[in-house]
Amino acid sequence: MSAAGIIFSNLHDRNIAELTGTRTMASIPFMCRYRFVDFPLSNMVHAGITDIKVITHYNYHSLMEHIGSGKDWDLALHSGGIKILPPYITAYANNVNTLYNSRMEALKSVHHSLQQIKQDYVVLSDCDVICNMDLNDVINTHIKTGADITLVAKHIDFTSRESHNGVMIEADENGRLTNMIIHPKNHTGYNYINMNVMVMSRKFLNSMLLEAIAHNYTSFNRDIIMKNKDIMDFRIYEYNGFVASMSSFKEYFSASMDILNNQQYMEELFNVPGRAIFTKVHNSAPTSYSTTASASNSLIADNCTIQGTVENCILFRGVKVSRNAVVRNSILFQDTYVGENASVDFTVADKRVVFRDGGKTSGTKENPVYIDKGTMI
Amino acid sequence: MRRQYKKECIAMLLAGGQGSRLYTLTEQNAKPAVPFGGKYRIIDFPLSNCINSGIDTVGVLTQYQPLELNEYIGNGQPWDLDRTYGGVSILPPYQGKKSANWYKGTANAIYQNINFIESYGPEYVLILSGDHIYKMNYNAMLQYHKQKNADCTIAVIDVPMDQASRFGIMNTLDDGSEKIYEFEEKPQHPKSTKASMGIYIFTTSVLLDYLRRDEEDPLSSNDFGKNIIPNMLGDGMAMYAYPFDGYWKDVGTINSLWSANMDLLGDSPAFRLNDRSWRIYSRNYANPPHFVGEGAVIKNSIVTEGCRIYGTVENSVLFNGVKIAKGAVVKDSVIMSGVEIASGAVVEYSIVDTDTKIGSECIIGEPVSSGAGIAVLGSGLDILDGTVIKGSEMINANTLAHI
Repeated sequence: MSAAGIIFSNLHDRNIAELTGTRTMASIPFMCRYRFVDFPLSNMVHAGITDIKVITHYNYHSLMEHIGSGKDWDLALHSGGIKILPPYITAYANNVNTLYNSRMEALKSVHHSLQQIKQDYVVLSDCDVICNMDLNDVINTHIKTGADITLVAKHIDFTSRESHNGVMIEADENGRLTNMIIHPKNHTGYNYINMNVMVMSRKFLNSMLLEAIAHNYTSFNRDIIMKNKDIMDFRIYEYNGFVASMSSFKEYFSASMDILNNQQYMEELFNVPGRAIFTKVHNSAPTSYSTTASASNSLIADNCTIQGTVENCILFRGVKVSRNAVVRNSILFQDTYVGENASVDFTVADKRVVFRDGGKTSGTKENPVYIDKGTMI
Repeated sequence: MRRQYKKECIAMLLAGGQGSRLYTLTEQNAKPAVPFGGKYRIIDFPLSNCINSGIDTVGVLTQYQPLELNEYIGNGQPWDLDRTYGGVSILPPYQGKKSANWYKGTANAIYQNINFIESYGPEYVLILSGDHIYKMNYNAMLQYHKQKNADCTIAVIDVPMDQASRFGIMNTLDDGSEKIYEFEEKPQHPKSTKASMGIYIFTTSVLLDYLRRDEEDPLSSNDFGKNIIPNMLGDGMAMYAYPFDGYWKDVGTINSLWSANMDLLGDSPAFRLNDRSWRIYSRNYANPPHFVGEGAVIKNSIVTEGCRIYGTVENSVLFNGVKIAKGAVVKDSVIMSGVEIASGAVVEYSIVDTDTKIGSECIIGEPVSSGAGIAVLGSGLDILDGTVIKGSEMINANTLAHI
């Protein structure tokens, strides 16, 4: 068995518009020191996948900075390794020069690169599915069942779902896909939700792409899955582990806080033996607590300076909380500065935000405040 | 084959010392690989200084317990020393055609690797040791060496007069030229306070000449301080002191290792690690952020990724992945990676080596104000509930069996 990986870096950017103004979905900072893409990348690397292509669209500067040569994931290789595939614009102006809008168009736009894949199987993954998954088991199951496409799905209760994002999959008792409902509304009870991680053979991918180009297909779900569901073998792989799926800024905040408040989620994400989540190495110093510091129920990256009070917070690298400042229920991205006597509550501060001495910012649990990169408050 | 590249200056890092005064910490581990400052090893400092100074070719001479050190250095990638031309090379003693020799002394270690030096054709060779914590721009020292037209430049630091007799002291001319006229190893009555930092820059041709001559002398102990430097001075070679006034600490003893760790604490620490203009690189491991539980107290301490803290931590250095249970107290201590401390345990004035587990209600160490020294627990120990270990005690697997 050999497999290559394809990661879609910004298919759903608009879902979390606050955080994707200047970055791809893939490079959204998450849990103190990670970016979304670290999770699918690490999952692939732990499954022995060493040839990975990341399809980008726009705003991919931050993604390139993060991935670099790929050495932090052991993907700086002569043979394979990680490749970023930026949009392919031809030299001649014609109707080909439009950026893709869908998964199918994204694949079509890079099909020349995809034809170079030598591995027998291909794992395709979005990057807003935060989990620590044994992809080897998915690939082996795919091979064993002989399916044309295996889609990873999670059994969830749709009754309590707030957002209608995502794709619901209905399957028979053998796990064979029977129906797909896009943006399901008014569904109650348990059903499968598509995690947007799938496995297919290289041959299937390439013939599907040629077909899609020939017939100008634009939607993967409509033109491939739904059209062929009765004549081809599409199966689900049920994933039972923890997954944080984020389709809005509010969900980003609540998922982050859920992980902070639930030791079990932390374990399932970060402490699976042999399956660490890798990320870019910054060579930052340890975090320094001063004699005046007070911290509780918080996750804190390296290189922070804590002089004030921090409660129920997620602090990224290089955050400074000055004397007598109080930060509660907040997520502060890299290099946020909280001045003396400042008070910050239910806030997400993007990189390099400065809360001036005595400044106050307060949101609510339902509506946390978002503060844009580099803002002075 | 013609040499395709040439380096102006390469570094030779003496990393073979046993570091016997670190006792159990260096039982299985060479001194340069001893952990320091939450996420570093001692050797990270000279290696980072090299790369920050533009020196990208470093030979690391190993001899004593090299396994962990070799693994740590690997291909040099954490320090950007994984180069196509140059980079880091581990240089252990080897078997030659005529004989196989251990490194007899610091000078002999370099002598045995003359081939390595010559393969890069450098004009200058920087000699370093792996036992000090400091940030230093070797390139500035190299410019000084060139400007002085020196044969050898030795970095010196001003030490208090009452401590000068513990160091190798460089006596320089009064004319402000910093020209060395005399070297005294641990003098009883020191004439100056310029202590050698064990950092030398040699003009390569001079170095090789003296190394070869020293090797022919059967009475020589093949040591830079005892032989090479005095011989060169005797011959009237141009030797200059390069004054350094930053932080510099020898961490060759338990006390100095402990106090150098303590120097990292505070709002304006004596030695600053988070210096973006002079980053210290180290091998990083994939650890999640550290977690501070409800009721935890952390004051005047540094904490690294992967820790989980529910108890009290004061004036301490915590390496990655340390777990401190609710009700446990850690004060004035250095706790290395993977250590677990159970509830009710009190650890003070101690150094606890990697992966040791301290059971509940243990009492480890005692305040130095009581006259006791630092307690040291070796690596991978399982300290049973309620064990009491007094100050100054050194515990390894053998001594633990007798408690």
